Amino acid sequence: MSVRAYPAWSLRRERAQAIAIDREPAEVVTREWALGGATGDGVSVCILDSGIEAGHPLVGEVASAVAVSLEGEEIRVEEDREGDACGHGTACAGIVRAVAPGAALHSVRVLGAGSTGSGEVLLAGLRYAVEQGFDVVNMSLSTTRRRFVEVLHELADTAYFRRTAIVASAHNMPVESFPWRFSSVLSVGSHDLPDPLAWYANPEPPVEFFARGVDVDVAWLGGGSLRCTGNSFATPHLAAICALVLSKHRELAPFQLKSVLYQTAANVGGGQ
Amino acid sequence: MTQDGELRAAVAAGVLGSEQAHAALLQSIVEVARAIFGAQAASIFLLDEAADELVFEAVAGEGEGELVGRRFPSGTGVAGWVLVTRQPLALDDLGKDRRFARDAAESTGYVPKALMAVPLLHDERALGVLEVLDPPEGSPFGLEEMELLGLFAGQAAIALDLLQRARRAKTVLDGGDDALAAVARLTAALAGREDDAGLRLLAALEAVLTQK
Repeated sequence: MSVRAYPAWSLRRERAQAIAIDREPAEVVTREWALGGATGDGVSVCILDSGIEAGHPLVGEVASAVAVSLEGEEIRVEEDREGDACGHGTACAGIVRAVAPGAALHSVRVLGAGSTGSGEVLLAGLRYAVEQGFDVVNMSLSTTRRRFVEVLHELADTAYFRRTAIVASAHNMPVESFPWRFSSVLSVGSHDLPDPLAWYANPEPPVEFFARGVDVDVAWLGGGSLRCTGNSFATPHLAAICALVLSKHRELAPFQLKSVLYQTAANVGGGQ
Repeated sequence: MTQDGELRAAVAAGVLGSEQAHAALLQSIVEVARAIFGAQAASIFLLDEAADELVFEAVAGEGEGELVGRRFPSGTGVAGWVLVTRQPLALDDLGKDRRFARDAAESTGYVPKALMAVPLLHDERALGVLEVLDPPEGSPFGLEEMELLGLFAGQAAIALDLLQRARRAKTVLDGGDDALAAVARLTAALAGREDDAGLRLLAALEAVLTQK
């Protein structure tokens, strides 16, 4: 009988040492402990959006880029040579680059090819991102289609168990949308402070965190920039903050990452 | 005019009337939105799913009277962002980016300095986009304005949904060839008969179909 490196369903006492996690226990979780000196180096951040414009000065290198499309009934995932058709993904990528300059940016394009079939493409793109094992997936978008909810929920749970942190935009519309409402993802709304490294934990979920989302200068198509407001831009701020924390603490699973973000949030003492 | 023709005309008139009433409701929403935000313009776009295009349905202020009916691809521009991401957003300081100015001019005929846009969501569908252009000097669009626009969006989405229903009903009455059109024609034919044989046949059919 082969012996697994890690137990899957049970733990015998003599195996307990085998799952010791190599880390220094934090006496107090402070902002300094969480992300002091971090650049996001060694962490992969996927922008699940409209693509990323190659060579944009505010974005820099893009480690990989694929485009997801629906051809009849068939989903195709191919290398993306078109970049960004509408600018939204480039805007998100620029924010991550600014806050976590050492993180590797990956693009999965699920938007921009018109509005039809977007639910299937979104699911396929998220499935691809989870299979790739990216550390962080930025989702500045949501779907309102209930028929996708079950699969989306399963994908979010799979990501959670594979240590992929999905960071998703919340919205204040009178209609339910997903995946931001799932507890397995980190949901983000906006605060209006100009500090990219300020975040707040919401004591009244489902929106769990607030990050910078007002008057943000973001990368825009054609190498330019534009001043934007919206949860779409708060989300990559928190995604980048996740990348900073993970680059110092590789062992954190999404729920532990959430705990660290809670303990170091500005309204929870900022880790002081 | 035959009795059948009269019936169809009467029902069509009701549907047409409701389309006009819903269009007036949309117009009222953009006018109120423009007034509340003190904006230069406000507009509602409807998503034409078949053509995958956004269509101006109502405009208040700049472009009023010229833009209604104009179309552009649904995946482009700020309205396209908002539609596909289901996320409201605001943009400021647009004057400095020429590319944006060109995009905006192509889709709206007017180049704003700032704008807010919110998706119009009803049940599970994104029906269109509501935009508000250029607040007064020194009053940028912030979180409070975004929240307020979100409330307007709920109302606008209901109006847009009603407008679409009225149009679909009109298409059926105009003699579309789908199953619903056949039912509408059958109903009109039955109502036009002197005897009640057709109605008795329908009653029998209903009894069979609803039998448990």
